[in-house]
Amino acid sequence: MAAMFSQNPLMNGPNYSFNDAPRTAAPEGARQHRFDPYTDNGGSTLAIAGADFAIMAGDTRLTSGYSINSRYHPKLFKIGGTTADQKDATIVLSVVGFAADGEALKERLDAICKMYRYRHGKPMSVKACAQRLSTILYQKRFFPYYVYAILGGLDEEGKGAVYSYDPVGSYEREQCRAGGAAASLIMPFLDNQVNFKNQYEPGSGVGHALQERERKPLTRSEGEILVKDAFDGAVERHIEVGDGLQMMVITKDGIEEVLLPLKKD
Amino acid sequence: MDHRPQAWGRPRDDVYGAYDHSYLQNSGPRQATQAPIVTGTSVIAIKYKNGVVMAADNLASYGSLARFPDVKRLRVFLDSSVIGFSGDVSDMQFLDRHLTELSIDEAYEDPSSDSKAGQLNAANLHKYLQKLLYKRRNDFDPLWNQLLIAGFDGDSKPYLASVDLRGTSFTSPSLATGFGSALAQPIMRRYAATEEDAAKLSREEAVEVIKECMKVLYYRDARSLDRYSIAVVTKEGVELKEDEQLEKQSWAFAEQIKGYGTQTV
Repeated sequence: MAAMFSQNPLMNGPNYSFNDAPRTAAPEGARQHRFDPYTDNGGSTLAIAGADFAIMAGDTRLTSGYSINSRYHPKLFKIGGTTADQKDATIVLSVVGFAADGEALKERLDAICKMYRYRHGKPMSVKACAQRLSTILYQKRFFPYYVYAILGGLDEEGKGAVYSYDPVGSYEREQCRAGGAAASLIMPFLDNQVNFKNQYEPGSGVGHALQERERKPLTRSEGEILVKDAFDGAVERHIEVGDGLQMMVITKDGIEEVLLPLKKD
Repeated sequence: MDHRPQAWGRPRDDVYGAYDHSYLQNSGPRQATQAPIVTGTSVIAIKYKNGVVMAADNLASYGSLARFPDVKRLRVFLDSSVIGFSGDVSDMQFLDRHLTELSIDEAYEDPSSDSKAGQLNAANLHKYLQKLLYKRRNDFDPLWNQLLIAGFDGDSKPYLASVDLRGTSFTSPSLATGFGSALAQPIMRRYAATEEDAAKLSREEAVEVIKECMKVLYYRDARSLDRYSIAVVTKEGVELKEDEQLEKQSWAFAEQIKGYGTQTV
């Protein structure tokens, strides 16, 4: 189980979610079959917060081992609308990892947000929802939901908010986050392109005199292009990512959903 | 001679020592299913214009032994859905009893048998089974099956979905369990790669594809049989044939096969 918390325990680089490493020799004839309650269904997610919007994205492939189980299995869910169609939802949850746990987590968070709306007569804020999601995850600390969750919405000031989680509920508000199989491929790209890491003002000097490029939030169209580029890159280099790109953009006017094709190979 | 009936048929204590009753006690750790014993191989299914076609062979294997050659692995639910079982046969029989109970309760709920509006449809049934199997995996007492569920959803559109022993569930225009996911799924995807493609297939074409896949599975899956069941789900109900024989087999290819795939000498 230790492997589920680290990105690359087996090989020095992005590895597959199933055990592809040579097994250590078992004692002669000793092969006991035990039920493993977890699998990894691959896929990747990504979220970027803007000045007055948040973009959530995920690919739609569902794998087990080398097989593609489904080419359309959404990882993005609108949370806490009044009805089942989630028409008036304001929060989006993305889950990647073990699909059955993801489904269970989504349904629990949605039920809790719906109860909140019913009791208080107003939708849950992202901040409150984010704290509650952390509590839900931590409640299963010793039989965790094997999912990397990201929650997106608009905060009380109308600014884009992205909260990212580990499987046991540690969480943090961030400008951007990639999760899942290709997280280690996408995250450095985001560091550079969203937070302008390792970018300096040309001609500003050498060594300590170097001036960092000024950080400013992306526009919506820049963000959407970045998301598509990130996934096109991930599809090229990771076998568990592909088929379709589902993208949800949260603005003050509601949630817009876009579905784009990705390579199916 | 020991005249007490409880000793009849038991090894003699004076010869073999006292009988060891320890295995019968019900204290100590509870033993849940640790591995499947008698198993059914692949189930395959494909959507078409007006419904879904599903097939599975009639064999229940005990390891590599073809133990029960007349076991029906497709089950009709409320004359509107079909469930295909692969994996452990005793768990299949447990689910079968459970579903019989459920369908009787459903029939009492809605005695007007000619209206299907209020009854559980395939989408509802799939959700129910997903919750059931996920609950059992959470209890570390899994039902060792992968199921395919075929029928219609709430909008009367053809519905096909899968759920496995961990509660992982997904849908696709064509689905296959076990060996079928490697051998049959690529063939079925040639005809129904997308929902749009599946919506163009005629019933005859869908049945033909399924029969072809069953033949390929019999050629290459050592735990398969040439007797199989095939079900066609339409809005009018379920047409289930449980004693079909594979037709037009040709083993001429067999003598060409050397080694694995690319080997020529």
